[in-house]
Amino acid sequence: MIDKLTNYLGYDFVQNALIAGTFAAILGAIVGYFVIIRNAGFAAHALSHIGFAGAAGAAVLGLTSLEGMLLLTVGAGLFMGAAGDKVHRNDLAIGMVLSMSLGLGTLFLSLYSGFAGQAKAILFGNIFGVSGRQIAQMIVLSLLSLAALALFSRRLLFASTQPRLAEARGLSLVALSMSFMAVLGVSVTLTSQIVGVLLVFTLIIAPAGIALRVCRSFWRGIFLAVALGVTAVWLGILLDCVTGYPATFWITALFFILYAAVEAYYRFLARSGP
Amino acid sequence: MTPLQISDLTISLGGNEILSGVNATIEEGEFIGIFGPNGAGKTTLVRAIIGTLPPTRGEIKVLGRPPGQAGRQIGYMPQGHGGFDSTALSARALIEAACEGDRWGIPWTSKKSRTEVERVLEVTEAAGYAARPFAVLSGGERQRVMLAQALLGDPKILVLDEPLASLDPRNQALLIECVARVKRLTHTTILFVAHDMNPLMRVMDRVLYLAGGKGVLGRLDDVVTSASLSKLYGFEIEVVRVENRVFVISAEGNVAESECTHHDHD
Repeated sequence: MIDKLTNYLGYDFVQNALIAGTFAAILGAIVGYFVIIRNAGFAAHALSHIGFAGAAGAAVLGLTSLEGMLLLTVGAGLFMGAAGDKVHRNDLAIGMVLSMSLGLGTLFLSLYSGFAGQAKAILFGNIFGVSGRQIAQMIVLSLLSLAALALFSRRLLFASTQPRLAEARGLSLVALSMSFMAVLGVSVTLTSQIVGVLLVFTLIIAPAGIALRVCRSFWRGIFLAVALGVTAVWLGILLDCVTGYPATFWITALFFILYAAVEAYYRFLARSGP
Repeated sequence: MTPLQISDLTISLGGNEILSGVNATIEEGEFIGIFGPNGAGKTTLVRAIIGTLPPTRGEIKVLGRPPGQAGRQIGYMPQGHGGFDSTALSARALIEAACEGDRWGIPWTSKKSRTEVERVLEVTEAAGYAARPFAVLSGGERQRVMLAQALLGDPKILVLDEPLASLDPRNQALLIECVARVKRLTHTTILFVAHDMNPLMRVMDRVLYLAGGKGVLGRLDDVVTSASLSKLYGFEIEVVRVENRVFVISAEGNVAESECTHHDHD
């Protein structure tokens, strides 16, 4: 088995998958931490599906699917952010934008029939199909997103945990919300290149969610989320090579088992007293 | 410098005049209890003082400056808190996020901030449980953590918006004792919004009573009287004093400050 693995690790497409997967996991874990703390899980979910419409529309307009997705997710993110700090948690408004986007996606699919094969890749990801050019794009975009987040993350953490206090200290909740949603749009697009639109949740919600359930301090939470995300992506890709079952399945399965274990542990603790 | 000067303050929200022509001058080091029935504009007044709600008319001066420019000189404890039920973030982590939370960059807590966070946790005697997740703390413990947070940067004015809400009498007493101690130690001016004035009888210097969009500021014995409050409410109000306790009752016999109809307009 070890021979089989080292053999696979020699292939370009496996190396590319590992590099792209690592960047997607790091970005997803860090951005995801703020998604969880802001209770914006549904917005993240909606953005990924909105990205699907963008990818489908891009095929019609002659853009690459990455460009189409970026355009639509960042745009929708800014819109959700601008609609206000309260509205970005508004399930109805997000649900409406989400269903409209999926409707548009279906329309674009029917307009451009050649897109059908690509659609499957966008929905479920094609981790071994990442080209060198895509990797360069991904690295640049994730570094840009992380740099942007680093710039305002102190304010974002404060505004996310205690919005009214932050407002009293002169922070603009709407500006922060918009900036964050734009970063989230980029992150969703990048992670969906790896695991697909349907499973963006896996890299954005799961590592950060588990880390926040366990870690009491901000930095430990961030480090654990990144470690979990990267480990799961690597294990998923290697298990795919060995077993032939899709990496995306393995990644989701690993997170689910971990989540279930953490929950069971805390329930056990709660039952056996403090 | 006068900590707080409110002149002819009028605030309309959605076409309704919540406050109309409120005047008040608060002196340094005073403990002011702010009372009034539901919807009297207590929280509206607080938001105007901390600078998140601009006056429709009139003026507020906080330490001689427009509200919102006082920075760390004004400490604020908002009403209610929550949303952490699914996270393990500790009380200390939350206060650290608030300390220097208005700066740019990554949320790295400097050594100076760490010392400051420990200091405020000591003052409110919350250090013992600050390492535990905020979500698992009791109501009383949470309030003392939030009070600690309001003390960051050693403010000259402390604005506490209904800190007693949803606390049992024992925890109410503990929190009030805590605020009184802060005042003794630092000579901070305290604006304490509450529903019931009885728990605060022994600690407050003056009362700001809001009703019908108007406000009256003065000593408890002058403000909370049948004559004064009837004038403020615009209908007959009876103030009953029983063994150093005060009850404000409308002529129909309803207690005007009933806890069971607790409902705030935001």
